Amino acid sequence: MNHILAVQNLSKTYQSGEKSLTVLSDINFEIEPGSSCAIIGPSGSGKTTLLGLCAGLDEAGTGSVILNNKKLETLSEDERAAVRNASVGFIFQSFNLLPTLTALENVMVPLELLGKKNVKPIAVDLLQKVGLGDRMDHYASQLSGGEQQRVSIARAFANQPKILFADEPTGNLDQETGETIEALIFNLNKELGTTLVLVTHDHDLAKRTDRILQLKGGKLIKDTLTTEDA
Amino acid sequence: MQNLNWLLKMAWRDSRRNRSRLFLFMSSIVLGIAALVAINSFGDNLTQQINSEAKELLGADVELESRSPFPDSLYQFLQNENLQLSEERAFASMVYFPKNGGTRLINVRAVEANYPFYGKIESTPFESADQYNKNEKALVDQSLMLQFNVSPNDSVRIGNKVFSIAGEINKTPGQSAITTTVAPPVFIPFSKLEETGLMQKGSRINYKLYIKFPNGIDDQKYFNEVLKPRLEKEEIRFDDVEERKEELGDAYSDLTGFLNLTAFIALLLGCIGVGSSVQVYVKEKVKSVAILRCLGASSLQGMWIFLIQIAIIGLIGSVIGSLIGSSIQYFLPQLFADFLPFEIELSFSYGSFFQGILIGLLASLLFALVPLLQIRKVSPLNVLRSLGWGKTSKASRFVYVLVVLFVFGFSYIQLHELQKAAVFTVSLLGAALILMGVSRLIIWAVRKYFPEKAPFTTRQGLANLYRPNNQTLILVVTIGLGTALITTLMLSQDLLLDKVKLSSSENQPNMVLFDIQSDQVDEVIEITKNDSLPVISEVPIVTMKLHSMKGESVESIREDTTAGVRNWVLRREYRVTYRDKLIDSETILEGEWKGTVENDSIFISLDQGLAEDMKVGLGDPLTFNVQGALIECYVGSIREIDWQRVQTNFLVVFPEGVLEEAPKFHVLLTRYEKVEKSAQYQQKVVSKFPNISIIDLDLILKTVDEVLGKISFVIQFMAFFSIITGVIVLIGAVNISKFQRMQEAVLLRTIGASRKQIVRINFMEYFFLGSISSLTGIIIAILSSWGLAYFSFETVFVPNLWAVLITYIAITGLTVFIGLTNSRSVVNKPPLEILRKEV
Repeated sequence: MNHILAVQNLSKTYQSGEKSLTVLSDINFEIEPGSSCAIIGPSGSGKTTLLGLCAGLDEAGTGSVILNNKKLETLSEDERAAVRNASVGFIFQSFNLLPTLTALENVMVPLELLGKKNVKPIAVDLLQKVGLGDRMDHYASQLSGGEQQRVSIARAFANQPKILFADEPTGNLDQETGETIEALIFNLNKELGTTLVLVTHDHDLAKRTDRILQLKGGKLIKDTLTTEDA
Repeated sequence: MQNLNWLLKMAWRDSRRNRSRLFLFMSSIVLGIAALVAINSFGDNLTQQINSEAKELLGADVELESRSPFPDSLYQFLQNENLQLSEERAFASMVYFPKNGGTRLINVRAVEANYPFYGKIESTPFESADQYNKNEKALVDQSLMLQFNVSPNDSVRIGNKVFSIAGEINKTPGQSAITTTVAPPVFIPFSKLEETGLMQKGSRINYKLYIKFPNGIDDQKYFNEVLKPRLEKEEIRFDDVEERKEELGDAYSDLTGFLNLTAFIALLLGCIGVGSSVQVYVKEKVKSVAILRCLGASSLQGMWIFLIQIAIIGLIGSVIGSLIGSSIQYFLPQLFADFLPFEIELSFSYGSFFQGILIGLLASLLFALVPLLQIRKVSPLNVLRSLGWGKTSKASRFVYVLVVLFVFGFSYIQLHELQKAAVFTVSLLGAALILMGVSRLIIWAVRKYFPEKAPFTTRQGLANLYRPNNQTLILVVTIGLGTALITTLMLSQDLLLDKVKLSSSENQPNMVLFDIQSDQVDEVIEITKNDSLPVISEVPIVTMKLHSMKGESVESIREDTTAGVRNWVLRREYRVTYRDKLIDSETILEGEWKGTVENDSIFISLDQGLAEDMKVGLGDPLTFNVQGALIECYVGSIREIDWQRVQTNFLVVFPEGVLEEAPKFHVLLTRYEKVEKSAQYQQKVVSKFPNISIIDLDLILKTVDEVLGKISFVIQFMAFFSIITGVIVLIGAVNISKFQRMQEAVLLRTIGASRKQIVRINFMEYFFLGSISSLTGIIIAILSSWGLAYFSFETVFVPNLWAVLITYIAITGLTVFIGLTNSRSVVNKPPLEILRKEV
């Protein structure tokens, strides 16, 4: 197997009282290491659910998710957490920084969880790369949205993940800041050779990736390489 | 290890932005622990002192006690053993101060000069205790001297003898101030006892003999092998140093155990506060935990970060509480001064200090564990969408069981009885469950019957009771439990006082004259009538002992362990009367009342309880020893007696025609209305008949009131910890809810709500919460007080409505005050400032 992520016959159904709601149905795709991929689709099409399942944040109903050669459905929640820590990075629309930690500490946490020592210089270096060398001791509430997202990018790349999942990374930002953040993500992605999977509404952003997966009503309706599309 | 370091680091990092709230959690348990440690430290010091001063408390190595003179054979034996002896005769009698004509019932203690062998009688002037015996003077209790304004060298008459007062008694071995309140002691020389003329047949005299062992012998061995067997053979009651230690230890351990439970309630209130605050606190942490889970933290790591925080806060709170408690114990001797037979020397009790820390840590962790365990269930998916946390896990239920076991275990350690511990635990649990039920009912009812047409502020205030993250449950439980505790204490005290007052009400007798000799009866009745006082009743009393039952001697019944007869019925000295009819406090349950002797067979009437303890029924023969003469009689009837009434009630009543010629004394009951009249009457009786003792029930009532006041002060002192803890928990809970309400309030202000409207909404919410909690607490208190009245005091319970109303207003007012004070930051500052800072 040469895929960093393989999704096979994946379905997800939620039970609400006596009603069941199928959010994803029979999804299949693979992603090569070092590539970038965008998941697009209208609201409620199952994009975020798919991202959560691919990253091991939730358990699949049926089917299989193989992340970095590990079958996620066979792992416990704590084992999946270990997989995330070792090989996954996250960037969220709402930044999701730990509010009680400074920017620097937020970036240090994934490294500390890996049990690495002397992690501060690595975190400092990353924060400088994202242009926040002078705001390292600030708490999330003391940073602007764009700054928070930059901290979140630095944190996502801290443990040198094999794959980075980004959920609407520019959704909460103005156009100019959004463009800066996009540039940061793609540059770091290229520089560090990380696989990028991002969920977005933004077609322009999606077009910057190598491949676009289009969802509708919980089904994968289109799988396009952006070079072909162009 | 690395993992632990990281967890500690994360716990510290996370705490930085939550210090004020964590400080409130900590404050909740500080006072409970302080109260526990103070009482425990004090108890420890008390036990140590009892152990080291047991001989001084007894005044001898062994104290013998009897209601009749000790046999000569015993004196012979004790003298042969070369033991030092000191005799005492103690009895109740009237004292008369010629200086101002004051009279009062006292406890006469005629002792020999060598008493006490250990310790000393503390007196003013200092040397008077050593010299009064030699100088043939009297030592008078200081409260008595104060009451009748007499000084050393004034006179005091006891019986027929007038003594000069040598000095005042400050303290006697083994007696605390509270034990001498009803009948204060007056010491007179043993050699002068006869001259008082009070040693007459039928007088109720307590014979005491103090023994000191020779130097150089093994006290315990000698006592167990030589003296004890002999005393048991002679059937003489005794108290040795070890027994006194045990008795005193038990008495004070009961006292400290009870007070510890009061302190424990304060701690539990604090812990409930911690538990619920932690619940809200960790709910706010769901997102952070989910982020950590996304970044790779395990479910346990997420939980440990907050567990460590709570453990450290619990530890700091416990240490501070223990330190405060260790300091408070130095004030307790003043609080307990009247209850202690010695001056206590206090030292730092390491045992209590560390026990306090351990209990505080354990309690805060246990109560915080339920919400903390739920952290494990937080899904990382919460970073993408808000899911909250899952259902209560099995582990949480296990923690609830542990909490109940903890409460039960602690109360068992304090009360030493499984049943009492179970009652305490169940009561506490019951109260908590009632309060929880009420709060859930209120939430349901407000939702179901929401007053849609009520003003906006009322609707908002009411809606806050059931909105997500509401504080209804926690506030109702903590405030309600605190109110229930305090109100129960208050109502029980009223109950006790009312019970005593009831006895002296309306036409009930309020003065009892006893020890009246047969030849004095007519004259006493005449004096009474001349003073326009009613003779409510006059009854003869004959003392006797049980000799045999159903043909079997008392000795053989006592030896027969299978007989099942209670020991007290075999040993006691019976005070018996004879009459031809029943009185209105008596009802015949079985048999037939016979007022006179028929066919030479004597049919007596027994109290129901006595007959049960004697294991006798109708027709069973009993033989009494009436001061040397054996009288055989039969159980003719069994009566129920209403002991609540001030009547001369008797366990055994003989018919007329049997005891008329036996040596006896008489009791007379009367009633006075004015205190001056009572004093004049007492003076007349006592000056004419010094042997007659008078109990002034109104004085007793005042004394009981005073004693209860002192006891209730101690209880209130302990309840104070609960009240303050309740206030802290209230502040904590309101503070927590402030964070919950902040966003709403700010939004309301942003869309144009006025300052007044926000204040009204807050006022309504806290008014409802305060009212519901205090009213439920008051209802619980009324129910438990009714239970106490009905089952323990056997009296009618009428709640003091004023006290209840004041409690309701005070608790509700306090809740509203704290609520409004806490939310003033929302009201007084611009919305944007708060939005940036707090939300």
